[in-house]
Amino acid sequence: MTKLDAKIPEGSLAEKWTKYRSSVSLVNPANKRNLEVVIVGSGLAGASAAASLAELGYKVKVFCFQDSPRRAHSIAAQGGINAAKNYQNDGDSIFRLFYDTIKGGDYRSREANVHRLAEVSGNIIDQCVAQGVPFAREYGGLLSNRSFGGTQVQRTFYAAGQTGQQLLLGAYSALQRQVGMGNVELFTRHEMQDVVVVDGKARGIIARNLVTGELERHFGHAVLLCTGGYGNVFYLSTNAMGSNVTAAWKAHKKGAFFANPCYTQIHPTCIPVSGDHQSKLTLMSESLRNDGRIWVPKKKDDPRKANEIPEDERDYYLERRYPAFGNLVPRDIASRAAKERCDAGYGVGSSKMAVYLDFAAAIVRYGKAEANKRNIHHASDEEIQLMGKEVVKEKYGNLFDMYKQITGEDPYELPMRIYPAVHYTMGGLWVDYNLMTTVPGLYALGEANFSDHGANRLGASALMQGLADGYFVIPYTIGAYLASEIRTPAMSTDSEAFVNAEKAVKEQIEKLMSIRGTKSVDYFHKKLGLIMWNQCGMARNEEGLKMAIADIQALRKEFWSDVRIPGEANNLNPELEKAGRVADFLELGELMCKDALDRNESCGGHFREEYQTEDGEALRDDENYAYVAAWEFKGESQFELHKEELKFENIKIAQRSYK
Amino acid sequence: MEGNLNLTLKIWRQKNAQTAGKFETYQVSGISEDMSFLEMIDVLNNRLIEEGDDPVAFDHDCREGICGMCSMYINGRPHGPNKGVTTCQLHMRSFSDGQTITIEPWRAEAFPVIKDLVVNRSAFDRIIAAGGFISVNTGNAQDANSLPIPKDNADDAFAAAACIGCGACVAACKNASAMLFTSAKISQLALLPQGQAERAKRAEAMVAQMDEEGFGACSNTGACEAECPKGISLENIARMNREYFSSVFTSK
Amino acid sequence: MAWLSKSLNSSLGKKLLMAITGLFLVSFLIVHCGLNATIFLNDGGATFNAGAEFMAKNPIIRTMEIVLFGGLLLHILDGLRLWMDNKKKRPVAYAVVDGAANSKWYSRSMGLLGTLLLLFLIIHLKHFWYFSRLTDNLTEEHTLYHEMQAVFTSPVVVAIYVLGCISLGYHLLHGFQSAFQSLGWNHPKYTPTIKCIGAAYAIIIAALFAAMPIALHFNLIH
Repeated sequence: MTKLDAKIPEGSLAEKWTKYRSSVSLVNPANKRNLEVVIVGSGLAGASAAASLAELGYKVKVFCFQDSPRRAHSIAAQGGINAAKNYQNDGDSIFRLFYDTIKGGDYRSREANVHRLAEVSGNIIDQCVAQGVPFAREYGGLLSNRSFGGTQVQRTFYAAGQTGQQLLLGAYSALQRQVGMGNVELFTRHEMQDVVVVDGKARGIIARNLVTGELERHFGHAVLLCTGGYGNVFYLSTNAMGSNVTAAWKAHKKGAFFANPCYTQIHPTCIPVSGDHQSKLTLMSESLRNDGRIWVPKKKDDPRKANEIPEDERDYYLERRYPAFGNLVPRDIASRAAKERCDAGYGVGSSKMAVYLDFAAAIVRYGKAEANKRNIHHASDEEIQLMGKEVVKEKYGNLFDMYKQITGEDPYELPMRIYPAVHYTMGGLWVDYNLMTTVPGLYALGEANFSDHGANRLGASALMQGLADGYFVIPYTIGAYLASEIRTPAMSTDSEAFVNAEKAVKEQIEKLMSIRGTKSVDYFHKKLGLIMWNQCGMARNEEGLKMAIADIQALRKEFWSDVRIPGEANNLNPELEKAGRVADFLELGELMCKDALDRNESCGGHFREEYQTEDGEALRDDENYAYVAAWEFKGESQFELHKEELKFENIKIAQRSYK
Repeated sequence: MEGNLNLTLKIWRQKNAQTAGKFETYQVSGISEDMSFLEMIDVLNNRLIEEGDDPVAFDHDCREGICGMCSMYINGRPHGPNKGVTTCQLHMRSFSDGQTITIEPWRAEAFPVIKDLVVNRSAFDRIIAAGGFISVNTGNAQDANSLPIPKDNADDAFAAAACIGCGACVAACKNASAMLFTSAKISQLALLPQGQAERAKRAEAMVAQMDEEGFGACSNTGACEAECPKGISLENIARMNREYFSSVFTSK
Repeated sequence: MAWLSKSLNSSLGKKLLMAITGLFLVSFLIVHCGLNATIFLNDGGATFNAGAEFMAKNPIIRTMEIVLFGGLLLHILDGLRLWMDNKKKRPVAYAVVDGAANSKWYSRSMGLLGTLLLLFLIIHLKHFWYFSRLTDNLTEEHTLYHEMQAVFTSPVVVAIYVLGCISLGYHLLHGFQSAFQSLGWNHPKYTPTIKCIGAAYAIIIAALFAAMPIALHFNLIH
């Protein structure tokens, strides 16, 4: 078995990163000009990496499948970004953020990486503010914070419900500045089809120009995959329609190990599915759990409307089960609790697959506070309601509007109906401390890698990780590799490796186009999604996973014989794009099930029904499963498991409790 | 059949930038009121694929109203009949049974059609590249709270920064002007202390790029503001005018 | 001075020129309308004639007249240039446009209203400016007031003038506040007032001007 070397620097936890930065090899400015870096994806990780590397002097090429780098799905992140600034004087520190993240990840992440993340978290806020990101502020002009799940301090910085948008636009601005200066070459409406590996090192990519259908070869001394997560393997998720695993999966097939693929985050507060037509799911930010109370009726199949159910007949099940954290328990726990109630027959709404998220109490509380502020004594109930709604509107207005737009119901009057939905994937390409995959010169940043969130990600940590990787980690760690590449001249893309890679891509496209079957790509995608959701979703078991593996194999076979792709390959063809992505999901889905089957424990987002405590909590097995499962591709349906042992030297590993 | 809306769709079809386009008429039935507008197009496209026809190409990605990719001109209005909503957040309950819906791409010299309803909006990226940033390299920043910003300024900057770059302002404007888009970025950065150093240069550079891209002038009709899914205000255009002229007349 | 022509040729510069010349014409209209409104004093046009005489003889006013024509010409040429430029920015027109949903028709029709105004202006200049400045027909017996009475005997002419005034009203209704916006003077505190004043100005000017031919035609003043 290959020994995975995470290349974690020596020294005490708090010193590792500082020491590393002072001792890592550097590339002198003259040499940087001759070194080319290919970056795939333009979200928080990709845009921030591209801008930062270009600022350092590297020649950068950025690829995105959207029409502009600003559209990457980081833009949809709502709630906020964590940073251990301790501006609120409530006891926050780098260590506490580190600790919360490790614990929130259910002790399945790498200490050194997480500590580095916590260390640079403050720099991210500084950098973003300097770029002009308009974070929410207090009247004194200083930054405002709020709480997120899984923490007891206020360390989340935010810009209304559009934090991801503002952060991405900040990174995008920095990227466009470099584009304008000629340091970055931008390729929009381009999708990476394969990594080109020359003599064991990543040396470029094959990309398809989505408008003309042409295949292009691009050289790079290093290749950075910043391509996000693979939640769309479930068909329905909060991901964008185009979010896909293709780049990571193609890298996997070229030798990059895929780590912890079964760790999927199901977000507890999403708008429930309304029918078969549903194409995607919409998140209602976790920040709503600061003020919203989650409940179901105490009576099974209660036919009454929410407003008709009296207080003492409501079951605020999160507050009941987890009094210490209440409605702010981490996502995996909140999601499972909702599923448990609905499965037990207490669900609400027409589908009975939803729970209430209620703001009535918050409206009254804010209304009374507002009346005091305005010196209104003996305010009437209506006045309190009115003032309370104003405050709630200021905090969550855009989310409430979005809810109303989608459901046609007014959440100021009726409680929201919510249900968990696939949101984020903690798994991804295995990377070492340098963020390099098992293929030299091939890096993975942001959600595309597995590194920081263990088995469950805490809210407001994805933005932090994406930007940490791009702004503050890769500019240093890439030097460790590129310092030894200064003697490698830019390669011609006419070499055999490039020609062969392009040929293989061309053949796959021709194969897809030639099937001319009877069923649309969506048909297969929906079927795959259903298998994954039922057998590899919020709860998994051995029997179901084995069934799913067989079902996926059969579905994949059917796909390759019966998919129908209209149009031509040498034109804008969204169906062909989708087909390529779904073909990869059909392979990834199998690996996810295999990983879930292999992990005989419950941890974070991975809940195996066979492994739970008496009161239904996840039961970890630290003795046998405190490792990162890194899978090596060995051929169709063949994956070899490599284990990276996780050592906890600074944290006492314990049963995770939010009670 | 999930619902009971039957609709006639007149959709602009155009094979590519080089070919002339024309309207095609399609009937869709059994549309549910809970569907989003794009899900209704999905229904049509699935049928077209089954029938062996080329589905309608359209831009879309996040489908939650924030990425700015969706861009349909529906019954004479960008993003359709509702205020403050992108096409992907428009739901079929806003339409009635038997209605005819005409769907066109954004039309502007600076937004050439790529295929069907898909247009090229990279002009926006170039406007940002011309000056829509603060020149601060990674690692240069001071502590975030060392620079207090009055809440009102921060809020106004945020309101301008909420632009999603969808191009509805250009599509709505009778002159295909990009002033709302350009001014939103100029405003955001002009309102913040961090943006002061490059303030004058930024306005001139971005306006020059905007003109070069082939967008029209502003007639102050207010159509852009009325159709903007994020409610970006006309005040931003006035601020851009101020920024631009004060720079032009005072710079050396 | 290359910077100036470059700036004035930018999309913002063209609007600035439009706004400045527009506001200049707005100020002229106040003088013009105020002077003409003296016919409502019912003094047989005595005050009006005296004013007209002053305007015709005073060297400063005569110089300003050249500036006025210059301003008007700039306003027209700049408008024409904007109209032609803007037209090119959407080479393929929409099949369906629901303009009423997002803007006022007159704000979208400034070019059309301006053209109507120009046509009206040619007729109007022929009637009075040409008559008073370039012919010898103006005498003590036949004053400008008499000429007004004569011109407005024709119901067709009165109709043309009323239509001209309606065009003017709508043109001003948008143009007044639009000029402030183009100059960058938009502020939550003052803009509502500007809009209010603009609307009042447009209505008062148009109504007063329109009242003149009507009143003279129907002999409502002496």
